[in-house]
Amino acid sequence: MNIKRLNWPLWTGFLLTLAAFLSYFFIFVEFPFTRDFPWANLVLFVLAGVLLFMGLRRGFRADRPHPTRSKIVSSIFSVLSLAVFAMFIFVIFIGGRWLPASKGAPQVGQRVPEFTLPDTSGKQMSLNELLTSPINGNAPKGVLLVFYRGYW
Amino acid sequence: MQRSLDKFNEAGIRPVAISIATPQESHRLAQSQGYSFPLLSDRNADVIRRYDLVHAKAGINGEDIARPAEFLIDSTGTMRWINLTENYWVRARPEQVLEVANSLKNK
Repeated sequence: MNIKRLNWPLWTGFLLTLAAFLSYFFIFVEFPFTRDFPWANLVLFVLAGVLLFMGLRRGFRADRPHPTRSKIVSSIFSVLSLAVFAMFIFVIFIGGRWLPASKGAPQVGQRVPEFTLPDTSGKQMSLNELLTSPINGNAPKGVLLVFYRGYW
Repeated sequence: MQRSLDKFNEAGIRPVAISIATPQESHRLAQSQGYSFPLLSDRNADVIRRYDLVHAKAGINGEDIARPAEFLIDSTGTMRWINLTENYWVRARPEQVLEVANSLKNK
């Protein structure tokens, strides 16, 4: 295959779209700056969009070796990329908000419910213990209780 | 959280994580991420329920799990700060928590 004939903007654009999507969950989610608002991924999507636009134009050129095939392939992959982008927007901005209201959670100023749960070694730990056992030899000022899904 | 652990400890705050993961699963997570703070196992989501944080059937196998939430509880067992984000992807930053923790020192 002649390298000049390969529609490189289309393929690079498509791969970049996939990278823009996946990189959020594997890389950018680790850093609050890029997690709270996925600006890094949006930048990647924009770059991918530019490449895909170039690839579409190239795919529709009359001097392509297989003009019909080029039109179909470049259209399909552009639409696929658009679908990936739409899915990203959905997952982050819409799906992310599907959380229960939790109106019954302890309010500021209230005493929180006591509990006892096993830690990673199976040892039962009570909230009272967590609040009183020393940190580096000093009495704790408090506990930061972080509830998470179960798989970060 | 592990990265800020020293700062939390200096401020007298003990971070504790809770989820429905079993002690074994939490142990594996703690090992792979190098966590040195307690990870507690709320297998049946009882505590999660008591704190009204249940995200029904949202687990990988359709089980009830906790929606993400952070609470700062002082040494008397009183809630001093709560973070229930509107968006699953937005979490409290360590700096925010440390600010609140430091204000606890002065009480």
